[in-house]
Amino acid sequence: MPDATGLELIAQELRDRDSEGVLDTTFFREKAAITVTRETVQATLEHLRGKGYGFMASVHGVDYFPEEPRLGVHYELLDMSTVDRITVKVRVPLDDPHVPSVTPEWPTADHQEREIWDMFGVIFDGHPDHRRILMPEDYEGHPQRRDFPVGGEPVHFTHNESRQTRYTR
Amino acid sequence: MEVKRQKLGNGSGGEFRARQLAARAMLRGELEGPELDKHVEDSLLLTTLDKAQNWARGNAMFPATFGLACCAIEMMAIVGARVDVARFGSEAFRASPRQADLMIISGRVSIKMAPVVRRIYDQMLEPKWTIAMGACSSSMGVFNNYAIVPADKFMPVDIHVPGCPPRPEALMHGILKLRAQILSNPDQDWRSRYGGRGTEEVVEPVPTDA
Amino acid sequence: MSTPEVRKPEGARGGLSYREMEESVELSHIAHEDEGEQELLTLNMGPHHPATHGVLRLLTTLEGEVVRDVKPIIGYVHTGIEKTAEDKAYWKAIPVVERMDYLSYYFNAMAYCGAVETLIGLEVPPRAQYLRVLHLELNRIASHLIWLATGALDLGAISVFWYGWRDRDRILDLFEMSSGQRMHTRYFQVGGVMEDIPVGFEQRVRAFCKDFPKRLDQFEALIDKNQIVLQRLRGVAAVDEQTLLGFGVTGPLLRATGNPWDLRKAAPYSSYDHFDFKIPVGTVGDNYDRYRVRMAEMRESVKIIEQALDGLPEGPYITPDRKYALPPRHELATSMEALIHHFKLVTEGFRVPPGEAYYPIESPRGELGCFVRSDGSSKPARVHMRDPSFVNLQAFGEMVRDTYIADLIATLAMLDPILGGIDR
Repeated sequence: MPDATGLELIAQELRDRDSEGVLDTTFFREKAAITVTRETVQATLEHLRGKGYGFMASVHGVDYFPEEPRLGVHYELLDMSTVDRITVKVRVPLDDPHVPSVTPEWPTADHQEREIWDMFGVIFDGHPDHRRILMPEDYEGHPQRRDFPVGGEPVHFTHNESRQTRYTR
Repeated sequence: MEVKRQKLGNGSGGEFRARQLAARAMLRGELEGPELDKHVEDSLLLTTLDKAQNWARGNAMFPATFGLACCAIEMMAIVGARVDVARFGSEAFRASPRQADLMIISGRVSIKMAPVVRRIYDQMLEPKWTIAMGACSSSMGVFNNYAIVPADKFMPVDIHVPGCPPRPEALMHGILKLRAQILSNPDQDWRSRYGGRGTEEVVEPVPTDA
Repeated sequence: MSTPEVRKPEGARGGLSYREMEESVELSHIAHEDEGEQELLTLNMGPHHPATHGVLRLLTTLEGEVVRDVKPIIGYVHTGIEKTAEDKAYWKAIPVVERMDYLSYYFNAMAYCGAVETLIGLEVPPRAQYLRVLHLELNRIASHLIWLATGALDLGAISVFWYGWRDRDRILDLFEMSSGQRMHTRYFQVGGVMEDIPVGFEQRVRAFCKDFPKRLDQFEALIDKNQIVLQRLRGVAAVDEQTLLGFGVTGPLLRATGNPWDLRKAAPYSSYDHFDFKIPVGTVGDNYDRYRVRMAEMRESVKIIEQALDGLPEGPYITPDRKYALPPRHELATSMEALIHHFKLVTEGFRVPPGEAYYPIESPRGELGCFVRSDGSSKPARVHMRDPSFVNLQAFGEMVRDTYIADLIATLAMLDPILGGIDR
């Protein structure tokens, strides 16, 4: 893992390129994370690829309800030669959930960004195939948002339900 | 513990020998009169056509290969040698629904998969039976949420096998219970108990555009 | 009776019905300039298919019998596991998360428990770590056996199906001995394992480890140099390492190309660095190499299991921190604190300090990572499993481009996708 000073160096390099880009750095439980603005995501990832983090392990979405900005996209990068991991986080609000897609440069983000669109409603500009992947094509809603109900069936114990005493209506 | 072995031709073994000789004689055309009557009574089984048909159906159910999730692994385990479903005639898992008559819904039915399951069920020919294997297809199972649907909602289910996943022995017990139901009730009346129907077409008038 | 009209459901997009929307999805148009006008056939290998290892739908574009493009459509066993896990306490989410990749259930639980332990900052006792390694490697062998059984079934070597299941039943007997359940055992808990191994377990595992390499020899004698297997797997669907890394592929698929990336060696977790084992790698990256890598991995797993049994340390099997693990039952009769801890853990569950953690492990299919975000309450705020099959499936189109349909089936078998993990 890049330690805390290594993380600050990376953040400083990124700030040198774009002074508004880096919003925050976190070093929690030996793991480094950088929060950037959505405009600088692609540049940040390319810069990190240049530093050796050439493998994108995961792209996943998070709903930070009730904190704003609500929707987040995390990119987990891995440097295979030094076994280093770093996370790049982007936060977007619900009324403007656009994030530039990194699929052209990182092919592994293809299905994973589609899943984030499907589950959270984050729109990835420039994604070659922007449609739902897990839910049916005509589904309405984005299920993994925190205010979407879990759903499900009420449990019926039917074999003796008529004979049971009802405690509540 | 003693193992008693009986020699053929002595004591109760003599009966087998006598029947063997009588069968040989009948084939030669040498049996006459009361001997012939007795031989015919011993060798024939009288039953109704329905019972014979159900006996054939129950002992040769062809399951459709319908593995969805974890329960499918335990369903494949009943094909294995330890819990051998071939003993009961159901080894031939047919991939084509047209050739199958038992659908074992093994696994969670998601809302995207439900129309596919129903379509395949419709393609099966009557008489057909369904076993909802596992907790997810019978009720909602471990995941009571937006994404899955219990099989009872869109198709008639004859046997529910609980478990997550049910042991292969449990699924075997379910299959044997289904077999007992098929053998015992020729008119398959037991489906009307819960209003399960086969394939029906629901015709609704197309709304005219206003 | 007149022909019934099918009422089209009110679509969300301009009144289009579902079928019409599906048909409007474009496949990639491949222009073949040198071959003139060629008609491409779209074949749907539908979610219900005996060879798709679960409910995977493949829209294949064929030119004759050659596959020009394949578009996997998934979601047919999407269970909303991540959403359900947000609804349950941390302890109660373990069985939910376990059912994701349904062949490697211990790995799902390990990734999740590891992420939660990272968030809490909890130390897992060494005995628990060794027991976890033991069960993880047994699960790896079981998962590879099913891969072998179903893969050989796809190729036509049907009897290997029964042999694979015979040995897998032995492993499931061991799981049943240690935890009471054959699959989805809920054996791994946050902080350790559920219970110590019973008397006689070690002998049974050692007997299994003594027998199993001979079984592997029998499998290899049957399949390895079989002319049909060689013709179907050798040289088929090879993809170079850089393309695979671009797609995020890990696990035996990446190791078949020669890249020895294995998280058990690169970033050891749960005392994997105490064990001496090798990482099998291939050379070319074709289907035959993928097959050989997994067979060799089973042998290495047997070695790890024996070393784990030899070096099993004494000690607690779960963390002694009562805030996160249930106290032993005999204490409930005498100690008030134990009773209160028990009550708190069973009703509300333990609270995890706020933070985010991503815990990657090496599952039989590649890097399985679990991302847990906690907001300080007793239920996780977000659980995401980075499933290896979900990412590996993206490389499938590249693997089967310009091969035959039969090679597509063989490649799908060697890809080893688990739809439960892909769809979650």
